[in-house]
Amino acid sequence: MTAMPYSLFQLVAFLLAPPLLVGVVGRVKAWMAGRQGPPLLQPYRDLARLMGKGVVFSRTATWVFRAGPVVSLAAVLVAGLLVPLGAPAAVVSFAGDFVLAAYLLGLARFATVLAALDTGSSFEGMGAAREVTFSALAEPALFLGLLSLVRSTGGLDLTHMLGDGLAAAWRTDGPALVLVGLAFFVVALAENARIPVDDPATHLELTMIHEVMVLDHSGPDLALIQYGAAAKLWLFGALVVNLLLGARPADPLAAFLAFLLGQLGFAVAIGLVESTMARLRLVRVPQLLVGASVLSGFALVLLLR
Amino acid sequence: MTRWNDIFFILVLVADLFVLASSRLRAGIRAVATQGCLLGILPVVLASDATEIRHVALLALGALALKGVAIPWLLARATRESPVGREAAPLLGFVPSLVLGAFGIVAAVWLATDLPLPVPGMPRLLVPTALGTIWTGLLLLVSRRKAFGQVLGFLVLENGVFVFGLLLSDFMPVMVEVGVLLDLFAAVFVMALVMFDIQRAFSSLDTDKLSSLRD
Repeated sequence: MTAMPYSLFQLVAFLLAPPLLVGVVGRVKAWMAGRQGPPLLQPYRDLARLMGKGVVFSRTATWVFRAGPVVSLAAVLVAGLLVPLGAPAAVVSFAGDFVLAAYLLGLARFATVLAALDTGSSFEGMGAAREVTFSALAEPALFLGLLSLVRSTGGLDLTHMLGDGLAAAWRTDGPALVLVGLAFFVVALAENARIPVDDPATHLELTMIHEVMVLDHSGPDLALIQYGAAAKLWLFGALVVNLLLGARPADPLAAFLAFLLGQLGFAVAIGLVESTMARLRLVRVPQLLVGASVLSGFALVLLLR
Repeated sequence: MTRWNDIFFILVLVADLFVLASSRLRAGIRAVATQGCLLGILPVVLASDATEIRHVALLALGALALKGVAIPWLLARATRESPVGREAAPLLGFVPSLVLGAFGIVAAVWLATDLPLPVPGMPRLLVPTALGTIWTGLLLLVSRRKAFGQVLGFLVLENGVFVFGLLLSDFMPVMVEVGVLLDLFAAVFVMALVMFDIQRAFSSLDTDKLSSLRD
């Protein structure tokens, strides 16, 4: 049972490392802009600072608002159990688990959206509407891509689809998998409210999507949301990195290190995209997401022949 | 099952989708130029032992120089010098045209499975790429309002015909070369004249204004 400790390693990394990913993205953006930027560990300090603060609840908000951050973080963490995060296998794995993982992330979004609507602020309702619209458009891209993976690897569980099945799949269906990887990257940018779709740094009411929904959260609640967002970034990073790494080294330690390096590369890529691209106009975002769906669908058509 | 030399065909199709989705004329021209360069690579990829190296080289270099460099350069210069604006201004929205283009490509893949080819051993993505690119070109021709967008559509259409012509390049290489290159050049000349005339008559390249013509 040499796989056992790595199963533990990947959990520890999943719980501890995601804020670091956010730190790397921030650092790359600062570096591209010619600034020194915040320290890599700044997200941890922010989380610690927020955890020490008190919470303010609006008088119109109900328990739904309080449950939002907890439910969404829990859903993301459970989804993390289903995705192989560097170890040879995911912690839990069964046929069809990719549907559960995708919809656990959907549940996380649903909880955030409900909490935003519960505040009664029309402003947050607007952000919620945008978030739901764009994620509905990103879903076909994600699922068509996952279906392509099912088709080319022949497995129905994420451990096989993103792990041992990929080596053979890259040999036979390489070009199609490149398209899927591209589509997944776009989905990752959209789902994590990154720049071509949403600007995580903006607080301008006309353009915000994700940030606007969490405006009323404060203190530990906000910390949970930020931590959950980082964990979600780690998950989508794992999706892209596992797919693009393809055949990983047979030695589990080397594979784990390759995965961590891949995540680092993923964060750097996001930082580069954020520094070189402008945010798309809101009406152009659906076009990008439909484009990603078309790429995924095209990959599936190539594989179905 | 897809093999690695399929990547060129896939890239040609992705360039099609990119032209359909790009809202800036310059971005569309760049995508067509990229597609032209890919078409320059295709004859080399497809070259079997039977084909003469001279014809392959001529076809590749001709496509690269004309489709990849010369015509896009002329178009880019024309967009700079004429008051055409930067927006592509389609009649059909970008998302519908992207979805239509994708459906066309899927239909092309589906159709091509039943088409018997005169030459055995050709890459199986050749015919879908040709049909899909022709479909994209037609879509661009009917859905773009500005004459520049329509010229781009015509170039994409020609690229599709070129890919289809590669099927026959073993049998009649010279015919394919001459046919493709002359055809294209004549077309661009005609289009340039038409564009020039539209602009002189209406001081704009918006083809909608043609409907206001009276005797």
